[in-house]
Amino acid sequence: MGMNLTLKVWRQNGSEDKGRMVTYRVEDVSPDMSFLEMLDVLNERLILEGDDPVAFDHDCREGICGMCGMVINGVAHGEQVATTTCQLHMRHFEDNAVITIEPWRAAPFPVVKDLVVDRSAFDRIIQAGGFISVPAGSAPDAHSVPVKKVDADAAFDAATCIGCGACVAACPNGSASLFTAAKITHLSLLPQGQPERASRAKAMVEQMDAEGFGGCTNTGECTAVCPKGIPLDTIAQMNRDYLKASK
Amino acid sequence: MAVTGAVLVLFLVGHMVGNLKAFIGADSFNEYASFLRTMGAPILTYRVALTIVEVVLGVCIVLHMWSAVSLARRAGKARPVKYAAKRKSQANGYAVHTMRYGGVIILLFVIYHLLDLTFGTVNPAGWDGTPYERLVASFAPERWWVTLFYVVAVIMVGLHLRHGLWSAFQTLGLASGRSYRPLKAAAAAISAVLVLGFLTVPVAVMIGVIK
Repeated sequence: MGMNLTLKVWRQNGSEDKGRMVTYRVEDVSPDMSFLEMLDVLNERLILEGDDPVAFDHDCREGICGMCGMVINGVAHGEQVATTTCQLHMRHFEDNAVITIEPWRAAPFPVVKDLVVDRSAFDRIIQAGGFISVPAGSAPDAHSVPVKKVDADAAFDAATCIGCGACVAACPNGSASLFTAAKITHLSLLPQGQPERASRAKAMVEQMDAEGFGGCTNTGECTAVCPKGIPLDTIAQMNRDYLKASK
Repeated sequence: MAVTGAVLVLFLVGHMVGNLKAFIGADSFNEYASFLRTMGAPILTYRVALTIVEVVLGVCIVLHMWSAVSLARRAGKARPVKYAAKRKSQANGYAVHTMRYGGVIILLFVIYHLLDLTFGTVNPAGWDGTPYERLVASFAPERWWVTLFYVVAVIMVGLHLRHGLWSAFQTLGLASGRSYRPLKAAAAAISAVLVLGFLTVPVAVMIGVIK
């Protein structure tokens, strides 16, 4: 038995368009479909009817690429914890539910079309310092640089950030602190990240502010919606590195 | 935000301890009030130390408010288009949602509180009364609305600190994964002690225990 749903979807024809919510009816949706597959069903019908399909970002559809993301009923990636939109399944919704679907809302993430936003601001934050400078050449010997297991684990936890932008979308301040902090923490916990640790923290935080993201007030909304569960203490780590670098 | 907030919290602790002297008696309370003015004597003359404290607190309040206003303005600019669906909070905690309007309530209360008990302009005992007389007159049962305003403001202070105390450690980079639980527990405990400590005095006046 399929589910019948009412979708209220943000439609915006390009960055100059004002945009509006449009209501669609989607019928006979399988509870085993992912949220994106449900939108595919809607789009196939829209195309057959000669309408413009709803534009949304997606790529791997297995929760690791960071492309997909929409605010579903007021929650980034929907209410399912630690889940990207592509991994969210329709069985978590009631039959005859009304579902509101909106793009990430932040000035540094301008809407390209419908649910697609431009996240180049994140790329520029990475360009500002989210790297290590190493002489390229043959691969170094394994274990030539010892790393404590706890540090490796914590760095890996931070490195699982897929840069989807849900933290910004969920933050009442529109802050990109969790993303930036994850990238800073990932490198500052490892020996390879030490030479540029101070300059990295300073440059990335300053780029984040220059992009027009809001400030962090420690509400914890970011980590609650993060599909990878990036912990809030990465932001403390970022603040620590930034304050140290600013001395 | 964190640094100025920390200074204001230290003031609150001192203020609460001072208030509780009202339970010992009028003399103890008035003596404490006069000590505040003669602190540092004879090196410092009358009210010098107190004025320094007042200036520091005033500067902290202004900077704290400036931080809050600039954060709110940045937040507004960072999200010019609002969500159509009400953004559902996924994080735990009620206190964090009271920070901005609670701060405004606390500010309004502080202004009234100074006019009432420091300057005596809106106090029945007036400027000429002793601090103890002003205290008893302010929270008299027939002025129940003063006590109500006080209770609301003090609860707002409690909620403000419930989020603010651990948040300051986070902002200054002093928190880490393992310290969140003890930090948040300490924030809750200190907030509760301050709220109870501040509420006992006006309630005691209102029900006639202090008269």
